Amino acid sequence: MKYVLGVLVDNHPGVLSKVSGLFSRRGFNIDSLAVGETENPEVSRITIVVDGDEYIVDQLTKQLNKLINVIKVSVIGEDSISRELALIKVRATPVTRNQIVDIVNIFRAKVVDVNRDSIIVEITGDSKKIAALEDMLKDFGILELVRTGTISIDRGMKMVKYIRPNKEEGLYYGENVL
Amino acid sequence: MKLTGAQVLIECLKEQKVDLIFGYPGGAVLPIYDALYNTRGITHILTAHEQGAAHAADGYARATGKPGVVLVTSGPGATNTVTGIATAYMDSVPLVIFTGQVAASLLGRDSFQEVDIAGITMPITKHNYIVKDAARLPHIIREAFDIATSGRPGPVVVDMPKDVQTALIEYKPDDGRPMEWKTRRKWYEEADNNPENIEKAVELINKCTSPVILAGGGINISGANRELREFAEKIKAPVCVSLMGMGAFPGDHPYFLGMVGMHGTRYANYAVSNSDCLIAVGARFSDRVISKVEAFAPKARIIHIDIDPAEINKNVTAHIPICGDVKELLSGLADRVAERDESGWNSQIQEWKQDHPLKYRGKSALSPQYVIEKLYELTEGKAIITTEVGQNQMWAAQYYKYSEPRTFLTSGGLGAMGYGLGASIGAAMGRPDRRVVNIAGDGSFKMNSTELATVSKYQVPIVQLVLNNHTLGMVRQWQDLFFQGRYSQSTLGPDVDFLKLADAYGIKGFSISSNQEVERVLKEALSLNEPVLVECDISPDEKVYPMVAPGAAIDNLID
Repeated sequence: MKYVLGVLVDNHPGVLSKVSGLFSRRGFNIDSLAVGETENPEVSRITIVVDGDEYIVDQLTKQLNKLINVIKVSVIGEDSISRELALIKVRATPVTRNQIVDIVNIFRAKVVDVNRDSIIVEITGDSKKIAALEDMLKDFGILELVRTGTISIDRGMKMVKYIRPNKEEGLYYGENVL
Repeated sequence: MKLTGAQVLIECLKEQKVDLIFGYPGGAVLPIYDALYNTRGITHILTAHEQGAAHAADGYARATGKPGVVLVTSGPGATNTVTGIATAYMDSVPLVIFTGQVAASLLGRDSFQEVDIAGITMPITKHNYIVKDAARLPHIIREAFDIATSGRPGPVVVDMPKDVQTALIEYKPDDGRPMEWKTRRKWYEEADNNPENIEKAVELINKCTSPVILAGGGINISGANRELREFAEKIKAPVCVSLMGMGAFPGDHPYFLGMVGMHGTRYANYAVSNSDCLIAVGARFSDRVISKVEAFAPKARIIHIDIDPAEINKNVTAHIPICGDVKELLSGLADRVAERDESGWNSQIQEWKQDHPLKYRGKSALSPQYVIEKLYELTEGKAIITTEVGQNQMWAAQYYKYSEPRTFLTSGGLGAMGYGLGASIGAAMGRPDRRVVNIAGDGSFKMNSTELATVSKYQVPIVQLVLNNHTLGMVRQWQDLFFQGRYSQSTLGPDVDFLKLADAYGIKGFSISSNQEVERVLKEALSLNEPVLVECDISPDEKVYPMVAPGAAIDNLID
């Protein structure tokens, strides 16, 4: 089964390698990993999709929590929004161009570049939607495909958030931390 | 007050009440060694090799409970500490390792003696730092000590580029404010602390019929030996220990079962296999304890008490997990459980003990087990024993009775041959009131015997016992049992004259070749307040028994 974890970490160089190093040495298989800054510039959020069972998720959560730079780990539930983005370069001739654009429109994807031999399509959605579009475009010839990892957010007031306890005291966590 | 980074390090070490550090100078730590030159109150022990420094700091930390501090240069200085760091990580020992590093401007250019020690030690440290902004140095050092010593202890590496050591920075003494890393993790630690589970544990203990306690290194680390004893005596439960748990429970107590697992006693393994309630305290269910997971404690409900939530359900599923400091939790449990009477279970245990005692055949002229028994008698169980790894380590665990925490120092998790001599130096320096004996085999002793130079230089009054069978005994034992006696690369032969080696270092040497000489020679060696080496000429066919074959159930023993 696929699980999605939202992990808040210190926004410092090197933290990502500590987190990703943990996966390989503990033998966890991850499907995707996406990282970026949050509304708080001191904090980054890593979204991890992991294929496993409850044991794996429990161990993964606990081992992640042991890393000093990890602030919070949450399992993102069913009631959530997940997205990834893909850019797909498809072979396009004057004959096939319109057929491709039709498919792109049905998927509510976007054509972001056109030239004589190809089209670049941008699509956001969950993995299934992207896979479906990919499947449809295969017949025309996919020249290049690049996609991000999944990012996920809970609906409503359930949040993965960290409120620093000592903000007013000006105690901050050093940027020297790896 | 403006100080250089190197001076700030010294001030911060004083703040942490560090009075002893182990290290080896080199190009990238010269500013720190220069600052150390005029420093009073911090003694620096110069070892022969950085690995020895790391093991010595580890031995010091294990023997005293205080963090061990290591100072080495960049590149090879740093990489030489790696085995020591990994040992400390596996056995939860608080170490702070300061490594020199090339100046920040040279980083990433494959400069002379540059190595990414933070990258290398990432999987074997609790945390590590590269200090890039000198102004953050005081905070980082304080945090490093805090991380190394709190919760489940572990090693922390602080990599200090040379320009950080020379930079002038503002130094203000520690104001004792709580560290943010700790405050923000509270929710995580508290989340796992379920008071209902304590109720459930009390209920289970009260109604079970055959309880067994499995005590691990956590008892020694948190100093919960008294609480453990009170608890065990109240519920009349026999206590077995993991290798790291030696000393957690008095070795001469009627409830003591000795070690459990691969080289455990028959009665400990029988007790665990037949128990209906296994109470594991500060233990992590290593594969050397559980062997075959499905067959481990098959009849028992398991109560697992540990400070590290990640240990719960990692190797063995716990029916009742309790997270937190074992000292507090044990005394809480002891207060709440009902006092029990000794029962049929206790007589069953006694019967197993009588029927299957630890025994050695005594066919050879000199039995290593006899040497260790005599050592126990002559030191009245009060020595600090360090060990190397292999047969020597197992005999030291089986035949010496440890009665208090921090008296048996061994590389348990990593199993690093070469650990003991360095560790004995650190232990002797941390506990000058105790006799320290390093029990070694000839193979593991040779791995780091260069540290005899340190022993000699500082006249560290350790007794170095070398059980010399001219082979790698444990490897040979496995080759005998599982590889049809094909002794591939495990025969060392008479390649070193250990007495001459000791002599070269100015260390007094003795040799023993029969049981009759043991008492006299050991007595003399122990009476000297100076370094001594005692070589015991033992047979290569001596084995460590009982033994559970790898993958077998623990009640299926060979002996």
